[in-house]
Amino acid sequence: MSLSYISEILPSLFQGASLTLQLFFWTLIGSLPLGIVVSLGLTSNIKPIRWVLDFYVWLMRGTPLLLQLIFVFYGLPIIGVVFHRYDAAVFAFILNYGAYFAEIFRGGLQSIDNGQYESARVLRLSYWQTIRKIVIPQVVKIVLPSVGNEVINLVKDSSLVYVIGLGDLLRAGNVATSRDVTLVPLLLVGIIYLILVGICTYLLHKVEQRYSYYK
Amino acid sequence: MLEIKNLKKSFSGRVILDNMNVTVKDREVLSIVGPSGAGKTTLLRCITGLEKADSGEFLIDGQSFNPQGTDTSDSVIGVVFQDFNLFPHLSVFDNITLAPTMVLKKDKNEAKAEAENLLAELGLKGKGDLYPFQLSGGQKQRVAIARALAMHPKILCYDEPTSALDPNLRREVEKLILGLKQDGMTQLVVTHDMEFAKNIADDILEVSSLDKLNQK
Repeated sequence: MSLSYISEILPSLFQGASLTLQLFFWTLIGSLPLGIVVSLGLTSNIKPIRWVLDFYVWLMRGTPLLLQLIFVFYGLPIIGVVFHRYDAAVFAFILNYGAYFAEIFRGGLQSIDNGQYESARVLRLSYWQTIRKIVIPQVVKIVLPSVGNEVINLVKDSSLVYVIGLGDLLRAGNVATSRDVTLVPLLLVGIIYLILVGICTYLLHKVEQRYSYYK
Repeated sequence: MLEIKNLKKSFSGRVILDNMNVTVKDREVLSIVGPSGAGKTTLLRCITGLEKADSGEFLIDGQSFNPQGTDTSDSVIGVVFQDFNLFPHLSVFDNITLAPTMVLKKDKNEAKAEAENLLAELGLKGKGDLYPFQLSGGQKQRVAIARALAMHPKILCYDEPTSALDPNLRREVEKLILGLKQDGMTQLVVTHDMEFAKNIADDILEVSSLDKLNQK
């Protein structure tokens, strides 16, 4: 395991890690708001909305993400929807993670005491004012640990994009391993994942601390 | 003066309130007493708009209003809940100023100055930056009162104001309510505690269970 070999393969690993990170950020930017909106729909009184969203969550949680990636990239072109590899990956990840986040937020929404809504109502706050100022801030605190779990999963799930031919961190390591017949690249891949997850864990901890100002 | 005429409310066929008439005169305290299950809280929830009455008329100073309405002219009732229902993630100041700034579109500084006055009047000077979890039960209740008063209601309603508190705080609540009465507040207090009701009220309304009527 010479240092020169490591420095030789690191650039390609970093390139893979960069794709992993991009996918990670775009997925979070898309799926967190999607999850919030879907969770509001899942807890609404309008039945058709609930049916549609229940079906969506069932579909997303009921099939492997790997399969969803394949369907978005190879399947959707059949009905005329063509994505680039990278866009297909982002699209599939946002839909998939949006469903998981929606279920987490639904749990958070349902744990808000009805008294909070009643208080807001007698103070004449509108529905959206109540959601924005009273409900969401409290839900965020409740769901942070579960969201953190999903965020960390996402770092590693991103490796599934190899199936549609994208070069992420794990694939970069795989390529080097089979070319040079050594496990060193995969060892480095493991270390890079650990560092990424370590950073996520640290940041999530900081966010949780920010919300610990009240009980 | 608040008048409620011929109020009727039933839940899935079971009549809870029938032909109910309530009058609260200006600057007076009306206590509503009765055994649990008699419909005291239901009556309060109809007045505060949290339940829709089947029928009945609501008048404030002779003018009809809709407790469930969202018009500013319908905004006549302030509520102090049994468990206070303060917003745990907001400071005492923000609890009090949230609705005045968002609903009445009041200027932030103006709302805060008003909140400071309310807190001082209620013996909570300097507590504005604390969070609800840092307050005692009695203090929480006074914050809930301040929060309701900040919306300038014509009537302040309480649901069982003594039940979430230490028994020896009952005297404090009595003083508080009588103090607000002296300041000119019209108040309606639902309680199961007859002695408490007698100590604070100008008038007592007894609600009795309608179960006999239902059995007919």
